Amino acid sequence: MKSDVVAQRTIQLAFLAIAGGAWWFATSSGAISRLFLPAPDAVYAALSRLVGTNQFWNAVQITLATIAKAYGLAIVAGVLAGYLVTRSRFWMEVFEPIIAGLFTIPITLFFPMFILFFGIGPGSKVAYGATYAFFPIALNTIAGLAGADEKYLRAARSMGASRFDVFRHVLLPSAFPVLLTGLRVGFFICFASVLGGEALASIAGVGRNIALAAELMESARMYAWITFVVLTAVSLNLLVTSIENRVAKAEGMSR
Amino acid sequence: MPVDTAPDLADAAISIRGVTQRYAAAGAADGVLALDNISLDIRRGEFVCLLGPSGCGKSTLLNIVGGLFKPTSGEVLVGGRRVDGAPHPDEIAFVFQESTLFPWYTIIENFRIALKLRGVAKSEWDDRAMEALRAVGMASFARHYPNQLSVGMRQRVNMARGICVETNILLMDEPFAALDEQSRMVLGEDLSILLAKTGKTIVFVTHSLAEAVFLSDRIAVMTARPGRIKTIVDVNEPHPRAPDFMLAPRFGELRNDLFAMLREEIRVAMASQRDPVGGGVT
Repeated sequence: MKSDVVAQRTIQLAFLAIAGGAWWFATSSGAISRLFLPAPDAVYAALSRLVGTNQFWNAVQITLATIAKAYGLAIVAGVLAGYLVTRSRFWMEVFEPIIAGLFTIPITLFFPMFILFFGIGPGSKVAYGATYAFFPIALNTIAGLAGADEKYLRAARSMGASRFDVFRHVLLPSAFPVLLTGLRVGFFICFASVLGGEALASIAGVGRNIALAAELMESARMYAWITFVVLTAVSLNLLVTSIENRVAKAEGMSR
Repeated sequence: MPVDTAPDLADAAISIRGVTQRYAAAGAADGVLALDNISLDIRRGEFVCLLGPSGCGKSTLLNIVGGLFKPTSGEVLVGGRRVDGAPHPDEIAFVFQESTLFPWYTIIENFRIALKLRGVAKSEWDDRAMEALRAVGMASFARHYPNQLSVGMRQRVNMARGICVETNILLMDEPFAALDEQSRMVLGEDLSILLAKTGKTIVFVTHSLAEAVFLSDRIAVMTARPGRIKTIVDVNEPHPRAPDFMLAPRFGELRNDLFAMLREEIRVAMASQRDPVGGGVT
């Protein structure tokens, strides 16, 4: 319903306005120390100063490159592992519970190990983000590939399809909707763990700058960085959703 | 009654020799015998129906002929080559029971894939696809997705996809099973006309008596499990067959004879599907 959509958007905007108003009121009334939470205009001023610096763009570049590498590795490893595991029911029943079980462990606990193995630089964040994002991608690949209908596999085989042909023309398209969910979840896990990893232990990147500003008690600057991350996350989410909607529309015609 | 009506072997497009299939099953040390020593020679250009009660192994036999399953013992020769659990897509095309058009591709893309996988040159894909679609009256639906079509339309397209790859042999596994009796007969007429032109060798699995009589040169009637060939019925009627054939006295006679033969087997099959005496919940 169109009127429903208008009402929903209005409520969402009102919610944002209330949150913003509460922030402004809490700081201007002195209820919360400005050291912990600076006023919105101070954060805005800090943000506009920040985007003019080289330091900002260097940090953003490092973080985005780290996320891209970690996510790329997670996709390749996750899809490959999912493919190999689903080649036989036997190995799937061996490995699927192991991968699902490992995913329930907070991998954050192993973060110091990543630092030990890969150093304080971006390498450890790439490995950490890739490891975390590997699990949802592998699990959804397994679920998607295992759900492929036997009749299509048999039809492809009768046409003389090679293993790669079967993967390319049957397994991948039939697993695609489930796989896409894994890619989406994997992406946001990767995004979060790279930033978290940078904040915990690193020498560069957006996460490092947030942690540094906190240590130096530069609250306005810290919130400026956080605002940037929030805006980035929101726009990436909108982008992913619009891609998904486009795919869902194409899927809707074929299913 | 001769089980193996061996025609001149040089003419045999498909030669099934002593094919036996066992399935591993709980509680049966030797497994379940699904097909018991089946032998049958099929001539080039012949239309043979495998007719039998459900569960008699007729689809299994078809999959063995097509190299999708490997028999426990026995062998199948196609054009003199031994089929040993590997498909021969250059010689054999399948049309399966359910529509196996890939739902993620449009109709024309489905044809392209089938032609591509068989190594047909790219320049020929669309011409051959459209030709096959025109033959079944579906050319205007080339850009549709399978699920945008009705079951009957899908099955026409499915049939056309099997024909467009131009193999000598077509194996059809109850292709019209999902259709009502009337649509099934109309599609059968189309198929009869299409195939009269191509001279293909066809093995067609069905449990419809009328379909078997209308389409076949010979009908291999199978027994209830374990599947054996009970008898082979010659239809002796030239192709393509006019719908009038269905009204001919000979059509009715053949149909009744087949029903009499099948009836016993269906009773046996049904008895084996009931609870064993004294059996509880399994």
